[in-house]
Amino acid sequence: MSAPLLQIRDLAVTFAGQGRNHLQAVCGVDLDVEKGQLHGVVGESGSGKSVTMMAVMGLLSPSACVTGSVRLDGEELIGKSERAMRRIRGARIGYIFQDPMTALNPLLTVGEQISEAIRLHERKITRRSANERAVDLLRLVAIPIPERRALQYPHEFSGGMRQRAVIAMAMANEPSLLIADEPTTALDVTIQAQIMELLERLRADKGVGLVLVTHDLGVVAGAASAVSIMYSGRVVEQGHVDDVFAFPRHPYTRGLLASLPQLDHPTARLVAIPGAPPPIAMRPSGCAFHPRCPLAIERCRIEVPALRAIGASMSACHRAEDLRPLGPTTNEATHAGA
Amino acid sequence: MSDVAHRSRQFALPHWATLPVILGGFIVGAWIVIGFTVPFWAPYDPTMLAGMRFLPPGAEHWLGTDALGRDVFTRTLYGVRHSLPIAAAVIVCAVVIGCTLGAIAGFVGGLVDEAIMRLVDVTLSFPPILLAMAVTAALGPGLGNAAIAMVIVWWPIYARLMRAQVLAVREREHVEAAIASGARPSRVLFKHILPLCWSPIIVNATMDFGQVILLAASLSFIGLGAVPPTPEWGQMISDGALHFYRWWIAAGPGLAILTIVLGFNFLGDGLRDLLDPRSK
Amino acid sequence: MLAYIARRLIAMPLLLLGVITVAFLLSHFTSADPLTSIIGERQMNNPAVVEAARARWGLDRSLPEQYLVYLKNLLTGDFGTSFRTRQPVAQDLLVRLPATLELVIAAMIVGTVFGVALGVIAARFQNRTPDNLARLFALFGSSVPVFWSGLVVLFIFSVQLGWLPGPGRIGSRMSAPELVTGFYTIDTLVAGDWAGFRSALAQLVLPASVLGWTVTGIVSRMVRASMLDVLGQEYILAARAKGAGQLRILFHHALRNAMLPTLTILGFSFAYLITGAILTETIFSWPGIGSYAVSAARGLDHPAIIGVTIVGGAAFLITNLLTDIAYALVDPRVKIGARATA
Repeated sequence: MSAPLLQIRDLAVTFAGQGRNHLQAVCGVDLDVEKGQLHGVVGESGSGKSVTMMAVMGLLSPSACVTGSVRLDGEELIGKSERAMRRIRGARIGYIFQDPMTALNPLLTVGEQISEAIRLHERKITRRSANERAVDLLRLVAIPIPERRALQYPHEFSGGMRQRAVIAMAMANEPSLLIADEPTTALDVTIQAQIMELLERLRADKGVGLVLVTHDLGVVAGAASAVSIMYSGRVVEQGHVDDVFAFPRHPYTRGLLASLPQLDHPTARLVAIPGAPPPIAMRPSGCAFHPRCPLAIERCRIEVPALRAIGASMSACHRAEDLRPLGPTTNEATHAGA
Repeated sequence: MSDVAHRSRQFALPHWATLPVILGGFIVGAWIVIGFTVPFWAPYDPTMLAGMRFLPPGAEHWLGTDALGRDVFTRTLYGVRHSLPIAAAVIVCAVVIGCTLGAIAGFVGGLVDEAIMRLVDVTLSFPPILLAMAVTAALGPGLGNAAIAMVIVWWPIYARLMRAQVLAVREREHVEAAIASGARPSRVLFKHILPLCWSPIIVNATMDFGQVILLAASLSFIGLGAVPPTPEWGQMISDGALHFYRWWIAAGPGLAILTIVLGFNFLGDGLRDLLDPRSK
Repeated sequence: MLAYIARRLIAMPLLLLGVITVAFLLSHFTSADPLTSIIGERQMNNPAVVEAARARWGLDRSLPEQYLVYLKNLLTGDFGTSFRTRQPVAQDLLVRLPATLELVIAAMIVGTVFGVALGVIAARFQNRTPDNLARLFALFGSSVPVFWSGLVVLFIFSVQLGWLPGPGRIGSRMSAPELVTGFYTIDTLVAGDWAGFRSALAQLVLPASVLGWTVTGIVSRMVRASMLDVLGQEYILAARAKGAGQLRILFHHALRNAMLPTLTILGFSFAYLITGAILTETIFSWPGIGSYAVSAARGLDHPAIIGVTIVGGAAFLITNLLTDIAYALVDPRVKIGARATA
């Protein structure tokens, strides 16, 4: 098997706090994305999923210390100079931001912003042909009358249109990897489906690897092939979407699934996970999930569980073996805790 | 957060004591001390002949002597006895007049508000120095008239500020509660509104101190303020400009204005940073 | 937004009327006979002149009537006669206006360029040494009296070093260019007088720098604050994610957006420049309205003082209005609001 498109190994991000208070935002993250694959990264806010992606882009503030390995097509990105990273950002990795309202510069036309992305990486291209390509890109993301839209300012676009423009901007140089950070969170439900459809089409047609960062398992369920569940700065479960949904091997994943409305059982009770994710400065010892976990034992408080293969997927739970496949209505993990 | 609190405890400095505030306070404090004590230790009399004319700076005369043989250093130190009291008087009068009218405008509203605020608008339509010049010229040159002119220029700023404050505070619940419980309007104004309006006024007054000193010196420089024998900084620089090649005549008063205005600006800047976290 | 501009435009003549009224009151409440302020002390012994002036300015009538006469005279451009130059004040001012404009515009350029540069540096190195130095430099600028810093730079750069010429608008061996715009830098170019242009430009350097320095602080403080604001926005991160470099981010993406709030401050700094111009012109023997105003004040030339006051007030009002309108026009975000309310 050839090297994956994106290979993250043992990635850790530490923010230098004042004095000796270093804050470890992300720890020991492993993650692979294949060409043309959609990999969902799921977690609540503060779980470190966005920080991980920012580390891949090299866009964290200088106060962040990044260790581990991030390889794009086999090429190591960690430790690369800012200059070298600049040639990769936007050219080989496209980034789609959560809120299209704020991700576009209000004083530049949408066309200018897209053609800028092109011209930053193709120095020789003329302004005119960059503009033509920008119009093509707007057409690609299904914006009607792209010639006119390119000359408009972001405030003249609706929310969904803006997100399409942001996607066009990210696609400007046909990157092999696209990172979408909560691309639909800020949008209406109907628009959400359209944007997901668009991303799915780009993946299928252009063969880009797509990392979809979200807090919503439901978004991942329909689209992704692989999924990583993050909690408190670590990957707690990883595997193929079908395997993970059919037989979640971590109590946290089970909790997430239980809080998801199910179409085939609309009457089933939605159960929220008790408690809240810990703030970054006050993460518990051992498995960070143990204070909220119905299955927690003494060992969970002391020893950090490693991510290990179990069944068809990977799990970081000491009690993974004690979990049974999920029945249609049984949510024993949460019931046990109730 | 806890870390910041920890640090300030270590140095035992209150949070407002930033470097600019300390520096500004030191400069201004030094000038105040000089103002009060200079007659007891000044080497010469500020208005009397102290040596030869146009002596360059030396051991006898640290900043040389001027066209009449007076000691420039002594005169510079004495200058603060004119600049600071005048600036203080102007600020106090402008604050009192401006705040009174502003509070009335904000509290009474209606036609009274309209009348006062249109007067404010018109006054603020003039570049400050032009209006001050015109008023002083109309009243006749002199430090007192210059001060009156500066009050006329400055009061609208405080009126606007005070009115905005009163309007904002008036909407608060405790004020509405007081009105609802039947308190007399004067009691509401003095007891419930005004005590909450002062902090921006005080900060602004501090920042304006330097500007008033500059304007007063400018008026004197033009010849509308202090009259010749007075050791006033603007007047002294005007003297120095006449004898341009004897640079030391203007050097003392120039540095004096620079330091004292810088001191007030440091203070004002520090205070603003504390009140407006956006500018950090 | 149109409603806003309309409101401002309607308020404008009213404010101007207010300015004129204040000027009228000032000229009538002088310590001297109002007539003195029109024809001057020396002419007071000349009964013919006194009578003529009395009739023309309606001084024998009631105060409201006098006010109307005053207004009518102003509208026909009659500001009275300066008793120092013995010329109509309006004419005096018109002749001197280009000199002042040239100085103020040059100072505005200096102040804006330096202010923006310092503000950008300060924001880029927030709370580090360059930031503190930039702030200190700007703070000095707003603390130093121009009538002294002018003397200092003249002494250093002109007398001691001899790098730049002394006071005046053009070298002493040159003659003023033929009048086209009244801006010497432009008129010498129009006349093809290269040496004259260099001289006029060299003459401008010191006064424009001294004057411009006084507003760098105001400009740089505003630029810094709004740059910090903009640099924290997500579209800056988005631009970096596109692969844009630091300079491109600072100048193409951030500065443009940070300039909007700065525009408003430029109008405000105009007030400072007028204030400073009055004193700077005096130091640099610049034959503009400022030095005219100072000699008028020194000589208690009331008609001239009042004339300058009205013109200065009007200029001040118009600049503030233009700044506000420019701000409303230039920001596409303001337009949304207009569309939503329309």
